[in-house]
Amino acid sequence: MTNEVAIEQTQNDVQTLDQAIDYLIKKYPNIVSKDTREGYGGVIVDRNHLIDVATTLRDELGYNYLSSATAVDYMGIAEPDSDMEMVYHAYRLSGGSALVFKTQAPRDNPVIPSLVSVFPATDFQEREAYDLYGIQFEGHPNLKRILLWEGFYGHPMRKDWKEAYYEEEHKPFSSRWPGGYVHRAEERNPYGKNVKYPADFDLSRLTDISEESLYAGLGLGVDVQSLGGEMRTDRLVVNMGPHHPSTHGVFRMVITLNGETIETLEPVMGYLHRNHEKIGERNTYLQNIPFTDRLDYLSSMGNNLGYVLGVEQLMALGSRYIPVPYRAEVIRVLMAELTRIVNHLWSIGFLLNDLGAFFTPMLYANNEREKILDFFEAVAGSRLMCNYMRFGGVFKDLPERIKSVANLVNDRVRDFNTMEYLTDIITERLPRFLDEYEYYLSENEIIKSRCIGVGVLPPDMAIAYGAVGPLLRGSGIPYDVRRAEPYSIYPELDFDIPTGENGDIYDRYLVRMREMRESLRILRQILPRLEATKGQEVWAGGKQGAYSPRIPVGEAYGRVENPKGELGYYIVSAGDPKGTQNPWRYHIRAPSFTNLTCLGPMSKGHKVADVVTVLGSIDIVLGETDR
Amino acid sequence: MYGRGIFKGLVVTFKHLINTYVDDFRYGWRKYSKDADNFEVRQGPKARGAFTVQYPDEKVAVPERFRFVPFLVVEDDDHPERPGHDWCTSCGICAKVCPPQCIWIVRSEDPVTKRPVPEPEAFFIDIDICMNCGYCAEFCPFDAIKMDHDYELASYDRTTAHIHDKERLSKPFSYWKSIAPTTAYEEMQARGGWEHSDVIKAKKKQAEQDAKKATATPTPVAEATATPTETTTDAPKEALSAEERKAKREAALARKRAKEESGGE
Repeated sequence: MTNEVAIEQTQNDVQTLDQAIDYLIKKYPNIVSKDTREGYGGVIVDRNHLIDVATTLRDELGYNYLSSATAVDYMGIAEPDSDMEMVYHAYRLSGGSALVFKTQAPRDNPVIPSLVSVFPATDFQEREAYDLYGIQFEGHPNLKRILLWEGFYGHPMRKDWKEAYYEEEHKPFSSRWPGGYVHRAEERNPYGKNVKYPADFDLSRLTDISEESLYAGLGLGVDVQSLGGEMRTDRLVVNMGPHHPSTHGVFRMVITLNGETIETLEPVMGYLHRNHEKIGERNTYLQNIPFTDRLDYLSSMGNNLGYVLGVEQLMALGSRYIPVPYRAEVIRVLMAELTRIVNHLWSIGFLLNDLGAFFTPMLYANNEREKILDFFEAVAGSRLMCNYMRFGGVFKDLPERIKSVANLVNDRVRDFNTMEYLTDIITERLPRFLDEYEYYLSENEIIKSRCIGVGVLPPDMAIAYGAVGPLLRGSGIPYDVRRAEPYSIYPELDFDIPTGENGDIYDRYLVRMREMRESLRILRQILPRLEATKGQEVWAGGKQGAYSPRIPVGEAYGRVENPKGELGYYIVSAGDPKGTQNPWRYHIRAPSFTNLTCLGPMSKGHKVADVVTVLGSIDIVLGETDR
Repeated sequence: MYGRGIFKGLVVTFKHLINTYVDDFRYGWRKYSKDADNFEVRQGPKARGAFTVQYPDEKVAVPERFRFVPFLVVEDDDHPERPGHDWCTSCGICAKVCPPQCIWIVRSEDPVTKRPVPEPEAFFIDIDICMNCGYCAEFCPFDAIKMDHDYELASYDRTTAHIHDKERLSKPFSYWKSIAPTTAYEEMQARGGWEHSDVIKAKKKQAEQDAKKATATPTPVAEATATPTETTTDAPKEALSAEERKAKREAALARKRAKEESGGE
């Protein structure tokens, strides 16, 4: 009893982030210390007491929502006994910025206690850190590779690991100019000196034991003979995917069935893995912007925005930083909200496809989506891979007219006034369509019986699993980064955060529908701002010298509310005291990836056909999941 | 009543079906005409029904800023002074800024002095790895590389056809003006003329020199500018390009110093 009172008192005392950090340091002297490195924040926790500290954070300080967990390899920068670092970002659901806590381990033997018991949200993210950095998480229930296959040699995100066709540590490569005699990457030896594997390694005998360990993890020996008389015949393993129309890409679900009911479901991913983060660390800061387009390729504008916000946070540490002009912020929000509509139209369309409403609702939604993509194409130059945001603004102002130019045979030409086109879409066409769409679908008995009560995610589980976006809000938690930690001009805009009540598929569908309406509400407030700022500059600093900015040393976590949920970029600039041209660490906390943690628990007890809709209601994009 | 929602949905699908036919009847044969007005209404935000563009027989023209695989700008064939001359000075910025590193440039050298000459000896773009981001065009200080609108580049053999060399990449400046009139106009204003920025600079210098000469000995220069023959235009240009190169190098050095200072913040 006295204990509880004491906890409540501390909670009342500890309001701000600084107070929380002070509380932690007071409670754990010599274990928790402030991160005093230049440009860094948060605390460093002794790894032997990590679980204690994390529990305190969750239960006493209210930081019960862990969003991002990732590793950084400080090879050659930090002391050898602490050069592998895990970075965690924990939030309060009432809003505010992250309490960043880190823990360090030697690179040679990185053993860190697993936080899965405290924050189940770290499950996949710790597996990713194990896969890519080789960090051993003590106490993790299922520590296997997640993006790569068992048997892969080495941990590719480590700084001393070199990929096949490795050319140089950083771009730009010196072979391109001035003596750039072209050659193809595949003309180089893929297994030459640039690839790391042991000297006695026989490449022809590579063994992939992913399958065995996967089935063993499900409690199923592959060898049926050895089971003898004990063989159970009522459980059946079904592989859905990697090539299955329901998986929206190459994604695989290994399902154990009891009769027709799902007992366990394990997601298997990585089929689209290209180690985006390693590429990002070889790239310069600017070169990463078009690469972010390829993460969640349905909402590239939002991806751009998260990344530039992260880098701008770092740039703001320097003295020469020019803030983003107001018009650029207006255009950014315009693009981000249009992207939300684009994404939700797509995801609802595909959810209906998964339900068996074959393509009719989808194409109706796509018809509207096309109009927005036409606008993106005219403004940014591309429909999906927009590459529109820049550090300090946007690429170019909106054009006066959305006008096509005929230069090919039989071209069909269009010519609209941009503002009229936008106004038409935002005030007439999309509201009309949403009304019609809701009339068309929301009351449909088949949709209701397939969606209501299926794939329920209770709110406490949603928080524990670190669910984000419509998945979290469908479970009734009104958490939205645009409100919790506002960025850009969202504080001055008026909008609500729709939430569901039961946390089932139908609620997620409704949340998406309402979110589109809220986006339209925001866009209607954006239009007068666009008119008012006409002709103002959109890119602070402009192009001059912008192609190789030097970014001050430090760390930053740029996060935005992307259509699929919180998208975070953890960026570290290190290695050069003057500032760097290439990020030392470039991590993407992808909403699709973490949301998949909920897939197994949500599907348990349902039928195979329901898994398809449960997955559809999470709304994943494999470009982002597999990275 | 059970089934009411489904019935309501069917009404919507029926409406969609009707809408398209209503539009088809209203436009009649004009559906197929190239009259822009019909097309705009049926493809624009005010359209009600569906309208299909019969690709590949007809295509939706792409907007000006559309970007697909870069090309190199060269002077038009009928350019009076330097027909077919590259706008590219092989400064290498596009190769440095290219995210997938698909641009390869061989810088020309003066055979005697071994000094770099501001034009590319060879220029390659591996279109297999080009990601169409448009950075090369965006950051080119000479407006010499631009994003194309021709998106039909599929071929049967990628090993031979997909590395574009300088010949394949080069397109005349008039082509750029035709596919992106507004952008080309904005760039012209930024440069100060329709010519390449080097030519504009050279002309400015020449004008200054002419003005100087004119104050000293007015008559012969007036003649020269009045009748610009092959010899008179070529000779001063050759003489100037060395000077101009020196000036450019100094400017570059100054920029570098400034950059180093700014980097040291």
